[in-house]
Amino acid sequence: MSTRRDVASERLEPDCYERNFADIKPALTQHQAAVEADRCYFCFDAPCTTACPTGIDIPDFIQKIRSENLIGSAADILGANIFGAMCARVCPVETLCEQACVRNTAEEKPVAIGALQRHATDVVLRDNVQLFTRAPPSGRRVAVVGGGPAGLSCAHRLAMLGHEVVVFEARARLGGLNEHGIAAYKVNGGIAQREIDYLLEIGGIEVHTGTRLGEQVTLEQLRAGYDAVFLGIGLADVNALGIESEAVPGVVDAVRYIEALRQAPELSALPVGRRIVVIGGGMTAIDIAVQTRLLGADEVTIVYRRGPEAMGASQWERDLAQSQGVKLRYWSRPRRLILDGGEATGVEVERTLLVDGALVGSGETEVLAADMVFKAIGQKIVTDPLDASAADILDTRAGRLRVDAGRRTSLGNVWAGGDCIGTSQDLTVAAVEDGKRAALDIHRVLGA
Amino acid sequence: MPDLSCNIAGIRSPNPFWLASAPPTDKEYNVVRAFEAGWGGVVWKTLGDDPPVVNVNGPRYGAWWGADRRVMGFNNIELISDRSFDQNIAEITRVKAAWPGRAMVVSVMFPMERAVWQRRLAQIEATGADGIELNLGCPHGMSERGMGAAMGQQPDLIETVARWCKELTTLPVIVKLTPNITNIVPAALAAKRGGADAVSLINTINSIMAVDLDRMAPEPTIDGKGSHGGYCGPAVKPIALHMVGEIGRFPETRGLPVSAIGGIGNWRDAAEFMALGARNLQVCTAAMVYGYKIIDDMLDGLARWMDSKGYQRLDDFIGRALPNLVDWKSLNLNYVTKARIDQDLCIKCGRCHIACEDTSHQAITCSRDGQRHFEVIDAECVGCNLCVEVCPVEDCISMVRLENGIDPRTGRAIDPGHADWTTHPNNVLATAPEPVTSD
Repeated sequence: MSTRRDVASERLEPDCYERNFADIKPALTQHQAAVEADRCYFCFDAPCTTACPTGIDIPDFIQKIRSENLIGSAADILGANIFGAMCARVCPVETLCEQACVRNTAEEKPVAIGALQRHATDVVLRDNVQLFTRAPPSGRRVAVVGGGPAGLSCAHRLAMLGHEVVVFEARARLGGLNEHGIAAYKVNGGIAQREIDYLLEIGGIEVHTGTRLGEQVTLEQLRAGYDAVFLGIGLADVNALGIESEAVPGVVDAVRYIEALRQAPELSALPVGRRIVVIGGGMTAIDIAVQTRLLGADEVTIVYRRGPEAMGASQWERDLAQSQGVKLRYWSRPRRLILDGGEATGVEVERTLLVDGALVGSGETEVLAADMVFKAIGQKIVTDPLDASAADILDTRAGRLRVDAGRRTSLGNVWAGGDCIGTSQDLTVAAVEDGKRAALDIHRVLGA
Repeated sequence: MPDLSCNIAGIRSPNPFWLASAPPTDKEYNVVRAFEAGWGGVVWKTLGDDPPVVNVNGPRYGAWWGADRRVMGFNNIELISDRSFDQNIAEITRVKAAWPGRAMVVSVMFPMERAVWQRRLAQIEATGADGIELNLGCPHGMSERGMGAAMGQQPDLIETVARWCKELTTLPVIVKLTPNITNIVPAALAAKRGGADAVSLINTINSIMAVDLDRMAPEPTIDGKGSHGGYCGPAVKPIALHMVGEIGRFPETRGLPVSAIGGIGNWRDAAEFMALGARNLQVCTAAMVYGYKIIDDMLDGLARWMDSKGYQRLDDFIGRALPNLVDWKSLNLNYVTKARIDQDLCIKCGRCHIACEDTSHQAITCSRDGQRHFEVIDAECVGCNLCVEVCPVEDCISMVRLENGIDPRTGRAIDPGHADWTTHPNNVLATAPEPVTSD
């Protein structure tokens, strides 16, 4: 029996793509925003603000929406989080600010903080209202490696503080995972690039794209040539499934596929399998599963080795996947690939269970046919570009860089933040905060 | 079901809900629709002498909204009926003939010329209407011409016009009072002296709804200009309740039949006005916002509530709250309450804390063992009720009376007896205790 892989582009009618990838949480109308803003209780020492990694004063920005002071509202938001427009779309608010909202206790329906944040910040981006100015030049120069949320947040704050910043980005475009790694239906209308254009407008930020650390530039050079260096290098590699011969056609890195999808001029041109198996349990697993469904895949199954409560993807994300017809298969792990002609046509999965707290296989297996098997089991740091310094600053057990509260590494003039550091929650909002804190710490140290 | 039939100053209606003199009662078409919907009566939109007034052709109304566009306050700069006197009279005659069981009261506004009143009242009486209401209250437009509120603000004019009407017609006379005065009682008293059979109140309140900050013009704006209008709707209900209550409890006006007006939007509002002595109700804004159908809830809700309380007719509860409406000086100073926060209902928003901390008595904690926790400190709590009012959760915070023991705030024992300001030692006008003499 031959089971040829069924991978094809243009599975859907041409007009389906735009509809399928439309904004999953459309913007609030002015009236909806007014009604929603009115639900905010303006809590004392608000739990939502405490829950926000960037500490946005949420009751205050909502009060400003209530009084139709949208620019002031956006200033509150962007002053704490320059990626406020993006975070409004991609933050797992159901586990952050909205989870903390006291309305949950009252009626199990939090104030739609994310949607309100978008309402305010969208106006500033749409009308290009520049809210930030630079302090007088400090004469200091800082190198920022990585043009993702951490690096650009750091760069923007440093620019505000009067420093000269040079950003080195390996890819052709800035944005990091905001631009390359988030599901397209969350970030419609080129918002990721629009936000970057906005933040660069402050001035004092020089950008070198296509410049990879360890290739066009070395850490040693940067440390010697700049007053400080910030590493926002992310996690450049993906974890392996740990099963035999996974480097075969049909086994696809979810992050790479999403990157291609985000940059694709025509979504219909993307080849996608008819039957999809996604291995993993985080946001990326959901993003790839839902997007392959939206590209026309018939059957999409997420295989996760533990139960839903352990899953990195939030309840909202899981509900989204299921509403899109994605099957969530818990307590299962891949055992081996089914190969046909050197290509993967399926994956054999094994039931798992906990024995004395340890995850073990039950021996019960099943073969899931798959035209594409996506790996979405997390990413890992690539330390080669750090050269000899890696040994000093890498927490080998965690596989991440080690930093203090100011996001400073043990190398005196090197700071780091975003997904590459040990305290990272792998969230855009956390990366933004890392960049901001590092900038403030760099400013403190340089001023001393 | 209880009997909702109503009799005020001899004017009978099957229920106490009338539409007030306003746009909803402007003409035959509207009034017939109102009667079909179940309204007990109407006060026909104010008739003036010919030639009829003219209205502006721009916006006549302004509103103040809650967040979801619920109309909380409303104002208008519309004048009295802008149709001819004869046309109104013809329609009133037809409607009354067709709906004999419903109350038909005709609102009137004429200048201070007795002859005009004489001629016009005779024509109104001929329609078969049940009574007249003197519009001495409209605060806008007509008041600039010496009518409406301009008359209602002068007790001698109220008395004079009321007396003329009693002399010139056999119909019951209701005097509609303006709230744009400092004390409603002299106005009601003047109406009573003039022989009025009842008063109705409140008319609308002088108001500017908003200022358009781009055009720098008051709203509603007519060609860049604005004029104050009459304020009404739910927002004015507390003011109306107070004025109705004052007439009910003041000895010289007590017993003067009151037709209550002011923000009545449902049966509960109605019952509250009646508890303060109103014999019936007039509604306008609620009908203008929602249509005549809101009468359904008013009738049904009032009847069910009366049933639940064992009231068989309106008289069973009219005025029942009046004995409890007293001067401040009569309030019991020995009544000590403390706020109590139900920890199971508390959602930990902290509004009680910050309100008390910033603006009152620092009597609510914000944390315990490092956790958000809001609890009343009895030694600081004066029982002011601010926390109850700002708490977003119903019944989460309540005021609980200290029945005995020591008030931790004052260190004094709770006195179960009554003591008020009239006898308080700090009151220099209080009845002086026996002088202490020393030998």
